[in-house]
Amino acid sequence: MTPLIALADAESYVAGAYMVFVVLLLVYLAIMAAKLQRIQQELRRLAILAEGDWKPKAEAES
Amino acid sequence: MRAPSLRTLAFLTVVTLAAGYGLAFFWAPLDTEGFIQKIFYLHVPLAIVALVGFMAAAVLSILHLRSGDPKWDARSYVSIHMSVIFGTAVLLTGALWAKGQWGVWWEWDEPTLVSFLIVFLLYATYYPLRYAIEDRERQARYASVFAITAGAFVPLNFMAVRLAEPLIHPRTFASGGGLPGDMLIAFLVCLAGTALLWVTLVRFELGAKAAKADLGKIRRALAPSDSLAPSRGRSIAP
Repeated sequence: MTPLIALADAESYVAGAYMVFVVLLLVYLAIMAAKLQRIQQELRRLAILAEGDWKPKAEAES
Repeated sequence: MRAPSLRTLAFLTVVTLAAGYGLAFFWAPLDTEGFIQKIFYLHVPLAIVALVGFMAAAVLSILHLRSGDPKWDARSYVSIHMSVIFGTAVLLTGALWAKGQWGVWWEWDEPTLVSFLIVFLLYATYYPLRYAIEDRERQARYASVFAITAGAFVPLNFMAVRLAEPLIHPRTFASGGGLPGDMLIAFLVCLAGTALLWVTLVRFELGAKAAKADLGKIRRALAPSDSLAPSRGRSIAP
């Protein structure tokens, strides 16, 4: 049921499994980095607007 | 007591995982399966942490339904999200182990494999269920009910599998002879590292979601009109 497989074969499967884990982790981190970059861009846009003519909502209404 | 910062958590995760995999490869002895058994130190902790994460999401959902506080819903959502990602890793690493050890990528007669797939697919339906509901409050409530029901299914499923006759998949902590001491220590360090990784990524994603929510508040305060609407990206998120 559990034959000992050749070490070279075993090494490739073990390397493959750990690689899958690392790749998944990197994909997740890349997606999160892209999201954070969007937040940063949005924040920069709002900062520029806040420094310019824009007034807070309450102030603009009064 | 203050929770550790994200930076501290990330540092602890890297150190614990490096130590765990170092112990697994350079210290823990080979067993009868040979070198391929080293996948065990990755695959089993990922499976345990994913299943515990699903159950943690159920507890967080109970807190959400009891308090009505959306922060518990956000935590439950992110816990499920992270556990689904870990579950994907479990299925992929398990398939590689199965191919190397048994010569097949998947074994449909094996209760451990099929039960994990059922749990995984059950949680995969969480996303369409959640995003099919437009009203945010109702969405959160229904998602919490789902998380509690599915969370209760996880330990029941686990017990059913333990009672079933194993075909080829070994029982990790079977009664009567478990892991030898050296292997157990390496395994426990890997388990701690994987659990820390889960917690770190959950904290990281929650931080990103909180930043996005804060940004929305600033946008609404600065401009009542739609002129400052985000250029792209989805708005649905707990």
